[in-house]
Amino acid sequence: MKILVPVKRVIDYNVKVRVKSDETGVDLANVKMSMNPFDEIAVEEAIRLKEAGAAEEIVAVSIGPEKAQDQIRQALAMGADRGLLIKTGETVEPLGVAKLLQKVVEEEKPELVILGKQAIDDDSNQTGQMLAALLDWPQGTFASKVEKTDGKLDVTREIDGGLQTIKINLPAVVTTDLRLNEPRYASLPNIMKAKKKPLDVKDAGDYGVDIAPRLEVVKVTEPPKREAGVKVESVAELVEKLKNEAGVI
Amino acid sequence: MAVLVVADVHGGSIDDSTHKTVTAAGSIGGDVDILVAGENAGDAAAAAAKISGVRKVLHADDPAYANRLAEPFADLIVSIAGDYDAILKAAATTGKNVMPRVAAKLDVMQISEIVSVDAPDTFTRPIYAGNAMQTVKSNDPKKVITVRATAFKAAEEGGSASVETIDAAGNPGLSEFVEENLTKSDRPELAGAKVVVSGGRALGSSEKFEEYIMPLADKLGAAVGASRAAVDAGYVPNDYQVGQTGKVVAPELYIAIGISGAIQHLAGMKDSKVIVAINKDEEAPIFQVADYGLVADLFKVVPELTEALG
Repeated sequence: MKILVPVKRVIDYNVKVRVKSDETGVDLANVKMSMNPFDEIAVEEAIRLKEAGAAEEIVAVSIGPEKAQDQIRQALAMGADRGLLIKTGETVEPLGVAKLLQKVVEEEKPELVILGKQAIDDDSNQTGQMLAALLDWPQGTFASKVEKTDGKLDVTREIDGGLQTIKINLPAVVTTDLRLNEPRYASLPNIMKAKKKPLDVKDAGDYGVDIAPRLEVVKVTEPPKREAGVKVESVAELVEKLKNEAGVI
Repeated sequence: MAVLVVADVHGGSIDDSTHKTVTAAGSIGGDVDILVAGENAGDAAAAAAKISGVRKVLHADDPAYANRLAEPFADLIVSIAGDYDAILKAAATTGKNVMPRVAAKLDVMQISEIVSVDAPDTFTRPIYAGNAMQTVKSNDPKKVITVRATAFKAAEEGGSASVETIDAAGNPGLSEFVEENLTKSDRPELAGAKVVVSGGRALGSSEKFEEYIMPLADKLGAAVGASRAAVDAGYVPNDYQVGQTGKVVAPELYIAIGISGAIQHLAGMKDSKVIVAINKDEEAPIFQVADYGLVADLFKVVPELTEALG
């Protein structure tokens, strides 16, 4: 089967984000950008399915600025076969992303789309589910294990209180949770090889779908600060404070 | 104006997160109805009818809803969506799974994990793992919303809404349930517990976690949590994880033991009412959010604390 892996360019997870003083958003200037960590897990899973003989081709797609080619190249260096950048200068909300991906799916006809459960910038956790809805495909979200058996997928999902296993028809959309795998590092020879792999660039406008935002950002602010309290010297003092000052035990 | 709350139904009863979502729905305004979907969920529907401020309960009973599979559940919600201006569900696993599917079918951009209702069309939600708060105004005619339950007070009991049975919406047959492996525990559920005791990497092994954290939790009748580092090290199963990628909790009392306080962990517990931190590194970031900090060797002071609470 063919696998499509959407990847998003986001602020690196080690960067402490700063809210802009005019409250219009967070500062993206001169900040290290990386592939969304959950999407890296998706790329890794696609490669493992290919290595296991369950897939023949992996296409990495990103929707974003010109520079999102870096993230596609990373996916190619890890082991994806070719890339597609859908260029846009604007913020595209998950619904718009899902609509563009629906068009890509109609063109590429993959049997599986695998992507991160959420992007660590807007924390929406929507795109995979929305894409499955638009395609009328089943969804296996928050996957911690994926296996192809008898033309279907067994997906073990991380749910409140434990794990749930479901069997879903193909074609399908799967979203990845943290414990699905540990993504590999791309080796230097593979990074060099990735530069020669095909990467198409298209414009978001070419797809003829409505990706105008539905949400208006009124403001972005710092979260309420929590003041540090006091240090206690002993267990006895701690118990006394919890009983008499905080009144919680 | 009418607002629909989709209940979280487990084992024939409704979760407390439903009561909290009713509060969020109430602050949007208009009549609040609750959808209870499940198999043999009559008791859950009756319980939902007792939540104060609810106009009516819609009860759909079908095996297709027994395991909360996304495809039939979303179809059911979409089938009654026409009557509502907003549809809300708690941002627990089922809500996160099902609601974006509903939103896309309705051509609506969902607003995820709101922590406040600022106006009927304006909501605030955390982004960047809670390192920033984003306020958004939705221009969609219908709102599809998931609610961070810990940010809202639970609606009280005392209502007497009518219960109306509605038709199931069929099963598209795209998926089937295989099995569920839930962690069995006599302790309270992490998400709704009044007291949470969490352990971190400093415990060093699953045996030490069991030996030091569990007795203290038992003494306090507390739920047990863990940092991502402790989960990744294999001390406890992954559903113990408190943090941005795990569970978000806001108990009356949160005791963090041997947890340094990485941003991702703080995002999951910093709204707790009282935070206690025990760590031998006095520079640990956890102390910056703790109301009471004790700089000490956990292996010495945790048994003392357990003893002192006797």
